[in-house]
Amino acid sequence: MIILASIRLALRALRRNLLRTLLTMLGIIIGVAAVISVVSIGNGAKKQVEAQIATLGQNVILVLSGNVSRGGFSMGFGSAGTLTQPDLEAIRKEVEGVEGASPEVRVFSQLANGNQNANVQVSGVSADYLSIRAWPLKSGNNFTEQDVRGATKVAIIGQTTKKTLFGDSDAVGQSIRIKNAPFTIVGELAAKGMNMMGSDQDDIVLVPFTSALKRLAGGTSFRSISVQAVDAKLVPGVQHDLDDLLRQRHKIQDGRDPDFLIRTQQEISNVATSTSRVLTVLLGSVAGVSLVVGGIGIMNIMLVSVTERTREIGVRLAIGARTRDIMMQFLFEAIALSVIGGIIGIGLGAWISGRLSGVMGSPTVVAANSILIAFGSSALIGIVFGYFPALKAARLDPIEALRFE
Amino acid sequence: MTPIIELRDFKKTYKTGEIEVHAVRGVNLTVQAGEFVAVMGASGSGKSTLMNTIGCLDRPTSGAYLLDGVNVGRLQRDQLADLRNQKIGFVFQGFNLLSRTSASENVELPMLYRRPAVPAAEQRRRALESLTKVGLGQRGDHTPNQLSGGQQQRVAIARALVNTPKLLLADEPTGNLDSRTSIEIMGIFQELNRGGMTIVMVTHELDVARYAKRMVVMRDGRIVTDQAVEGMSSAQEELARLDAEQKAVNLAP
Repeated sequence: MIILASIRLALRALRRNLLRTLLTMLGIIIGVAAVISVVSIGNGAKKQVEAQIATLGQNVILVLSGNVSRGGFSMGFGSAGTLTQPDLEAIRKEVEGVEGASPEVRVFSQLANGNQNANVQVSGVSADYLSIRAWPLKSGNNFTEQDVRGATKVAIIGQTTKKTLFGDSDAVGQSIRIKNAPFTIVGELAAKGMNMMGSDQDDIVLVPFTSALKRLAGGTSFRSISVQAVDAKLVPGVQHDLDDLLRQRHKIQDGRDPDFLIRTQQEISNVATSTSRVLTVLLGSVAGVSLVVGGIGIMNIMLVSVTERTREIGVRLAIGARTRDIMMQFLFEAIALSVIGGIIGIGLGAWISGRLSGVMGSPTVVAANSILIAFGSSALIGIVFGYFPALKAARLDPIEALRFE
Repeated sequence: MTPIIELRDFKKTYKTGEIEVHAVRGVNLTVQAGEFVAVMGASGSGKSTLMNTIGCLDRPTSGAYLLDGVNVGRLQRDQLADLRNQKIGFVFQGFNLLSRTSASENVELPMLYRRPAVPAAEQRRRALESLTKVGLGQRGDHTPNQLSGGQQQRVAIARALVNTPKLLLADEPTGNLDSRTSIEIMGIFQELNRGGMTIVMVTHELDVARYAKRMVVMRDGRIVTDQAVEGMSSAQEELARLDAEQKAVNLAP
């Protein structure tokens, strides 16, 4: 008996008892839909994190200043300020494959334009900062190396801050006061949106780091230095060289903990995505359990069906069906149940994740591989849970089966 | 010429726990092509066991069974299935049609298991041909529950004939039918037999057995009578007589 005929036979048998067929499929439908929607939510979260990581810039390596321990408690990296301007110069000069480097000095400070004022993060950076973070200007210009060297009082303003202080009028060329020192606005940043933590990246003012150190923060150290490699392939080499250089400059012996921390974008994104991945796996496996339960439902109904149709099996055997023919008939019925259930489940899952992305405001991504896996696993469930009932049917004795009431 | 059925010292023993049941205790039977044999006997006489063996549903414990020259005793389960498919047509007491399946699809069923496969168009053509042979050429679309008992049995006969078997094996074919329908079915059997079909039929009714040419009676696992039917009934004549009687009491138009 050819496979096509077996499939036709299976579909006809399933159509004969439509309500039972649908109810049996329900387990698989729910299981597959759950798996698809959970995985798509996970994928969406991952995509979102990756997109946010990408806003850091391309091929960026972050060097964080060392941590301070107070009474045994670490205050976190960046708190000690072990990175200095000579370190920055050395990185620029001595490490090969560096496109640009920018330190960051952060100060929260009161800003004022006339009677408008705001508390905003002021970041002291170098002229490379905008290109490292791939952050275009909406209008005006970047400040220059001369501005940095001369610690000029110039500033670039983020969109949110600009709206707070200037409303809709043009900010470039205007003057604002940061800690009572007048700064001239030379450029206006394009909007960048929220970062991973959900804070507004556009509520910011950039000034030359020299000006920030001299006029706003005081001190001489940076919380971090962002280094951009020329090419993605050079990132590991640059990371390694940075480590060597800074260990040497900070006189840290081999085997001792350094007073700085180097993180590539990849490492940052790995940490960020691992949490959502763990959650996805956890929820996915709960959904997977419901798939198995659905499979048991199929097995149960197939066993009932075999018993009900004992006489039919007897007739088929009597008129010349081989063991394999009967086996295939019932196996295909189970597979058809689970695969059709799987297809409906995939559709339902896609629909649910579409709705969820609307409700939660975060994107969901129904990945092709999760569809394939759901489809494959539902087919597998059909085979696994259909096998035993099919075997039971195929092994019936034709005489006994014909006599069955 | 090779006989269709050749049983030599056929014995069948069942074991139920410690007790051995001798269902058939040594039967010699030869059925030539073109014969119409009725097998009779009380329940427990071994006639069902005999029929199951003739139908290749079971194998002899000892002795030999040759169906159309093929020694059945040595065949495996699937080889037996192929043999049944090609050489035997079954007609059962309870019709055993697939419910909610049209008559023509029921008739096509044996071709589904035919090796090599029969093309779908050929299957439909042969099913229609077979249904026409039993007078149901116009009822191919009907499902069993839309047909009378006699019509259902005709569909079953069409199904049995569709693979052009060597032997038609009927187990109490009139057991569920009224007397007039029974005679109609016997009419079909006699007609098929006249066309050369070999028929073996189990029945416990003597007047049904009278439509056969030869009668075999079994008791306690042995054949006690094996003789030609004297004064064989003709279904055609019986039906004519029945019609005349019914007319006389205005039962029939």
